[in-house]
Amino acid sequence: MRELSLHILDIVENGITAGADCIHIDVIVSRAEDFLTIIIRDNGRGIPAEKLKKLTDPFVTTRTTRRVGLGLSLLSAAAERCDGKLKVALGAGGGTEVTATFRYSHIDRAPIGDMASTMATLLMGNPQIDFVYTHVIDGEEFILDTRELKKELEAHCLEDPMVIYRLGEGIRTSLKQLTSNADKPEAREKNHGKTDD
Amino acid sequence: MAKLTIDDLKRIKEETAKSTSVRNGVANIKISVHMGTCGIAAGAREVMNALMEEMAVADRQDIRVVTSGCMGMCSSEPNVTVESTEAEPIVYQKMDANKMRQVFRRHVLLGEIQSDFALGRM
Repeated sequence: MRELSLHILDIVENGITAGADCIHIDVIVSRAEDFLTIIIRDNGRGIPAEKLKKLTDPFVTTRTTRRVGLGLSLLSAAAERCDGKLKVALGAGGGTEVTATFRYSHIDRAPIGDMASTMATLLMGNPQIDFVYTHVIDGEEFILDTRELKKELEAHCLEDPMVIYRLGEGIRTSLKQLTSNADKPEAREKNHGKTDD
Repeated sequence: MAKLTIDDLKRIKEETAKSTSVRNGVANIKISVHMGTCGIAAGAREVMNALMEEMAVADRQDIRVVTSGCMGMCSSEPNVTVESTEAEPIVYQKMDANKMRQVFRRHVLLGEIQSDFALGRM
């Protein structure tokens, strides 16, 4: 996959297939400490212990239509080639927690990519599921919590394609702002001149 | 802290100036974009983006868009299935943003099956 946001889309879809109704997505970037962490936490039915050990083996899958499953294997390979690793564990309240770490400045690290599209796609295709998306760049934080949005507005509001489309634009603008805030000269000095993608 | 506020969303909603409660109506047409690992890697998200834009423009309450998993034909991804109450479901293969726009405008809105892009009837 060309972008980390596509990996995120893929892993979140796993959680939805596992019957989750609320999924947390955290993207945490610290350029000063040179790491990028992606955490995806769902409240689905979880992964059986015997499968958990050999999860990144592409020939291990819970599906019955085919004998291969590539999603986690690909993410694991992406993390490992950037001096990071993939960890899959049982979540605190059941469900699954997938953590992928990357060395931020590694030359093989794919760009984060279009997270706004990933979120819009998830909202569009799964109106019944709640998403909590947190994106942190050097301490600057962006949060999108659909539970909050649904509480404040009518519940059906997030099923309107026009609203989702505009929401996607809103996410894109906010993330851009987040990046430029973190790119102020004083911040850049602290980050050894590295800029975000 | 950057945060997409409730006010932002309220503004979006006012600007689109549309009653969202009418969405309770029955969906006559269902469009599924297949989003397995294979579909995503092949470009299903761009297809979904194009579909969302078309949906926003068309403003039709009887069309529902869903995502689904891989159907086992990974070599023909991105796949899109158009189901309607009146006709048989059609699976489209090797979609991209432009093909999606064409399928939406011709098949979904006008009922003309785009057999050039079709994988088959289900």
